[in-house]
Amino acid sequence: MRHLLGRLLATIPVMVVVAVIVFALLHLSPGDPAFVLAGDTATPEEVDRVRAALGLDRPFLVRLTEWSLNVLRGDLGESIFFGRSVSELIIQRAGPSIALSVLAIAIAIAVALPLGILAAWAAGRWADRFAMGFAVIGFSMPVYVLGYLLIFFFSVKLRWLPVQGYAPLEEGLWSFLRFLLLPALALGLVYAALIARVTRSAMLEVLGQDYMRTAQAKGLGTLRIVFRHALKNAAIPIVTVIGIGFGMLISGVVVTETVFNIPGVGRLTVDAILRRDYPVIQGVVLVFSAVYVLVNLLVDLSYALFDPRVKG
Amino acid sequence: MSARRLLRHPAIASGALVLLLLMAGAILAPWLWTVDPQAISPLSRLKPPSSAAWFGSDMVGRDLYSRTLYGARISLIVGLSVACLATALGLAIGLLAGFNRLFDGLAMRVMDGMMAIPAILLAVAMIALTGASLQNVIIAITVSEVPRVARLVRGIVLQLKASPFVEAAQVVGTRFPALLVRHILPNAAPPLLVQASYMFASAILVEAALSFIGAGSPPSEPSWGNIIAEGRTVFQIAPHIVLFPGLALAITVLAVNLLGDGLRDALDPRFERR
Repeated sequence: MRHLLGRLLATIPVMVVVAVIVFALLHLSPGDPAFVLAGDTATPEEVDRVRAALGLDRPFLVRLTEWSLNVLRGDLGESIFFGRSVSELIIQRAGPSIALSVLAIAIAIAVALPLGILAAWAAGRWADRFAMGFAVIGFSMPVYVLGYLLIFFFSVKLRWLPVQGYAPLEEGLWSFLRFLLLPALALGLVYAALIARVTRSAMLEVLGQDYMRTAQAKGLGTLRIVFRHALKNAAIPIVTVIGIGFGMLISGVVVTETVFNIPGVGRLTVDAILRRDYPVIQGVVLVFSAVYVLVNLLVDLSYALFDPRVKG
Repeated sequence: MSARRLLRHPAIASGALVLLLLMAGAILAPWLWTVDPQAISPLSRLKPPSSAAWFGSDMVGRDLYSRTLYGARISLIVGLSVACLATALGLAIGLLAGFNRLFDGLAMRVMDGMMAIPAILLAVAMIALTGASLQNVIIAITVSEVPRVARLVRGIVLQLKASPFVEAAQVVGTRFPALLVRHILPNAAPPLLVQASYMFASAILVEAALSFIGAGSPPSEPSWGNIIAEGRTVFQIAPHIVLFPGLALAITVLAVNLLGDGLRDALDPRFERR
């Protein structure tokens, strides 16, 4: 319990720093952000309007206090383009992004664990080389290039799946999955490459331990040794990399939603970039970072599940 | 470890070879059967690859082979600049943090906060405010990479400071600059080199992703991300516009990652090959 509380409290300073950085970017960026955000064709009046909307005409500390109090109340400001609350916009678009990330993580873990275990089991042999070759290629493949390759083969050539778009779960599981499968695969395979590499090295570490020889000597079956004994002891680095890789997943979501035309938070971000809608960008950065910190908090807390020496 | 021995490592040799070829291609682009990458030719729009135009042409008839080859320049410039700048800045911050308690506490809190912001989003926010240009893209990606280097260097310094040979050096009165040059830097160099190669790869990926979502180099530049973004709308009738620069991107990053993996194998004792 004390461990849990300690971890929870430790995330607060991180989030405070994140919030201050996100806020300070706007106020400390060189040049005149209002001028950049208003666009090349803006009149001086329009620039002034943007400056006032962003609060750039008021002192830094006044704005920081005001903004922090608003953020604590869940108010992330107002979109310049939509004239609506940024929090509302993000909540409205969260569904598709959550669905995409969850499915991508599921695919990544389902691919990476067997691959990493296989590679460690066959270390140095061809299966290992093959698996790690796949991993380093997956690691180097930009998500959107993989996405277009998948669309090209499965949608354009084979016509098995729709090219782009999104159907919410309420319209039925089948159409939901039909639209989401390719983007989740593109995103998941890149993530899988990262997890597989760490799974391999963590498993190698464990397989070399004395208690593995003991388990073999007392006649336990291979599967039982690998899953009950080895994987559990290798779990901590694996969940750690799943947590760290989540940052990559978030960046991937932004790009993947653009490729597959999914109306999620990533698409909202890209549209905001094109419309120079800074409050939306600011809100998205803050929310995504909070999710990232939260996921890594959960990863930290999960250590206690795998290793009783870490107190829960 | 000598350079010759490093080059005998298959991953290092193949990665370095591909990378050198790419660099040569990027530098020598004007003499490698290219045409002006920006020259439009409305009569030959969306042509598939042929013996006349090896990679085909895009929606305004620009030659895709020339654009892809010139695009390598932008990717490599961004990759190299970010790797060098982030290593230098991270080294400076990491050393200061490792040797100064007060600075350490403050800097590491800021670094933790920066590392909690996904790299692309931090870059997007910075570029949205400063405007899209090659220089701003390099600065934005560098800023998002610095914390990792700083953390790495700080860790190494703290570890070395506690190690017997550094303590011994201090006891016999080695001055700080000599300590730094003789003991700290040589030991920090191998992991830093590995980290720099990974940053090289990740900077290329981030730059292309930023261009792809419209927050990277200005659309007038033929960067790989820009070419892919332009080809997006006509992907179903002319997939080659996306595929060729996409492949070039993947091969480049793969080569750099192979180089990084090989260096890690060869230089970092903690990751010894089994």
